[in-house]
Amino acid sequence: MKKFLSKLGILFALILMVVGLSACAKSSSGSSKPDVLAEDKKSETITWGVKADTKLFGLMDVKTNRIQGFEIDLAKAMTKQILGPKGKARFIQVTSQTRMPLLRNGNIDAIMATMTITPQRAEQVDFSRSYFDAGQAILVKNGSKIKNVHDLNYSGAVVLGVVGSNSVQNIKKFAPKAKVLQLTDYSQAFTALRSGQGQALTTDNGILYGMSVENPNYSVVGGTFTKEPYGIAVDKGQKPFLNAINSALTEVEKSGQYNKLIYKWFGNVKGFNLKGAYRQ
Amino acid sequence: MLSVLGAYSWVNIKFLLSGAAVTVFVSIVSIILSYIFGIIFGIIRYVQIKYLSAIVGFVIDIIRNLPLILIIFFTYFGLPRLGFKPTPLWATIVAMTVFESMMIAEIVRAGINSIPVGQMEGARANGLSYWQALRYIILPQAIKNMIPAIVSQFISLVKDTSLATIIVLPDLMNHAQIIYGQNTNYTIPMFLALAVMYFIVCYSLSLLSQYLDHRLGTSKEDKPEEVAQTTESN
Amino acid sequence: MIQIFHSYGNLLLTGFIQTLWCSIIALFFALIIGSGFAILEVTPIKFLRVIAKAYIELFRNIPLLVITMFFYVVIPMYIAKISGFAAGTIGLTLYSSAFIAETVRSGIQSVDPGQMEGSRANGLSFWQAMRYIVLPQAFRYVIPPLGNQFINLVKNSSVLAFVAGFDLMYQGNVIASDSLMSMSSYLCVGLLYLIITLPLSYYMRYLEKKLA
Repeated sequence: MKKFLSKLGILFALILMVVGLSACAKSSSGSSKPDVLAEDKKSETITWGVKADTKLFGLMDVKTNRIQGFEIDLAKAMTKQILGPKGKARFIQVTSQTRMPLLRNGNIDAIMATMTITPQRAEQVDFSRSYFDAGQAILVKNGSKIKNVHDLNYSGAVVLGVVGSNSVQNIKKFAPKAKVLQLTDYSQAFTALRSGQGQALTTDNGILYGMSVENPNYSVVGGTFTKEPYGIAVDKGQKPFLNAINSALTEVEKSGQYNKLIYKWFGNVKGFNLKGAYRQ
Repeated sequence: MLSVLGAYSWVNIKFLLSGAAVTVFVSIVSIILSYIFGIIFGIIRYVQIKYLSAIVGFVIDIIRNLPLILIIFFTYFGLPRLGFKPTPLWATIVAMTVFESMMIAEIVRAGINSIPVGQMEGARANGLSYWQALRYIILPQAIKNMIPAIVSQFISLVKDTSLATIIVLPDLMNHAQIIYGQNTNYTIPMFLALAVMYFIVCYSLSLLSQYLDHRLGTSKEDKPEEVAQTTESN
Repeated sequence: MIQIFHSYGNLLLTGFIQTLWCSIIALFFALIIGSGFAILEVTPIKFLRVIAKAYIELFRNIPLLVITMFFYVVIPMYIAKISGFAAGTIGLTLYSSAFIAETVRSGIQSVDPGQMEGSRANGLSFWQAMRYIVLPQAFRYVIPPLGNQFINLVKNSSVLAFVAGFDLMYQGNVIASDSLMSMSSYLCVGLLYLIITLPLSYYMRYLEKKLA
């Protein structure tokens, strides 16, 4: 027993050492990162982090085993704009939970995954200007007593959201009494709503419209209660790449490609304000 | 009823199978790699090389006692800091190999320890060197004892690949979730398909383990040791 | 890391307690269910043996995540509403009980069959002999492997993160995405898991040596 205890002591001492070392490593790392734009030009590929569980924006198509959606098409158009006609867009599926670590650690070059520009995030990454203006709303089962976000403000209400999305922070402001459950991605969250784990699912209206198109028993109610401009995120210190993205976005908007894509994906969505989304 | 049958349309089955292919690929590569590394680390752990064995032992204990999901996060988010940019597929393979080879190293250590000390002493007395005795006398017996435990560890490995959906590995679990995420009615059929497909793979592995167990005749006399080894799930 | 502990200490603590709590509940029920099926597996009645075998093989060969998601997604749609914590704990219990059953069974079988025959000859029924003669000896053998099962159970409780079960892993995900320091957050979470599992694992190794 004595030997066992002494071993344990040594072990915890070692753990503490590892902890200390990793803390030091944290503070000293950083700075000298490779230039993403130069590397991408060399390899003629941009690696985008995109959603694969979000109808209309980025959704895995069961038939073709490919991701499809507005963001995918926009990313392809922008890749051609930045790298020329030979440029290839490579897609890595991310969730709200994994996208930030993946970008900061360099697995992906840019995030285009229904990500709202917020001041808190802007401290960690650099955003392009907005490429889509969404707003947060709630999705409920048809005939639900919940008509807008304020109806959720009672104790016992359960709102479903996704880990790492800012909508779970917002809901705490609009319905402080409600409990928030954070699932790992949108298909999990919607599955949870369907199986009655909560009264409402909250996130951006564009995503919710996609869910209600697929499942007519559920509808978006109460309109939007926040402004959620989506931006393309790149790692800090990648100014040339960020500038390239911004000017590519401008080009895509000017050429009318942008409006075509909006029409292609949102033209048939009931309740969606097409005119408001168009850009010159 | 018809809508439920639609769950097994050819399109969906094909999509599920493409997920299953990823699961099988990840499993096979990780099984081979973790078998090799597991035995190496297990031996290092056993032979008491100054400092090296202690450090390896420490690392094995740490990794063995962490949840696999954490190891997956560490590899997926941590490897890029070392200059690699893994796709979810390779991140999972690395995570699986790291985790499972540590589990196997522990089985190997226990297996070697279960061989009576007299065997080693006898072999040394007959003029074999330490390494020769290990190589020709101890290891063959130990591996025979360990095989059931190792195979059941591999079964866990196959099941545990499902956890990698958290980093969006396009495996069987992930593809089933995509299908039922897009159509409510397919939820139960998809769970059924998941259960059946995982069961087939894992159960055939477990039959293999029973067959090997029988074939090698490790039963009866060394039962207590065997009890100590049939412990690994994941 | 110290920063994480400082600003998210509360969340980590609730996660830690939830993980412990879930593990203890699951262990308790898995022990009962597992021992039950282990005994069924060695009864003289073939029908019971088949049932036990089927139960064990079913839950041993399906991923824990599939079982847990089944309880989280399918059961509420048709039967009753259950929370993520409950779904996770039930899944964990069923999954672990199959492994515990196998462990206990091999313990029972390692007891000399003469013991059972002797007690039967002395007029004890099968159940009496099991209860008073065989099981007490079997449990002595299986304590180290059972301890290892418990360690696995604690680690496996991390699937609660998939069903919003408020466990350590779930809080780790929340903290990682809130603080945007993913590595440090997960290191903290790992440290807390080690506080539970590492001492257990060393104690089991010590017991194993002592019993051998």
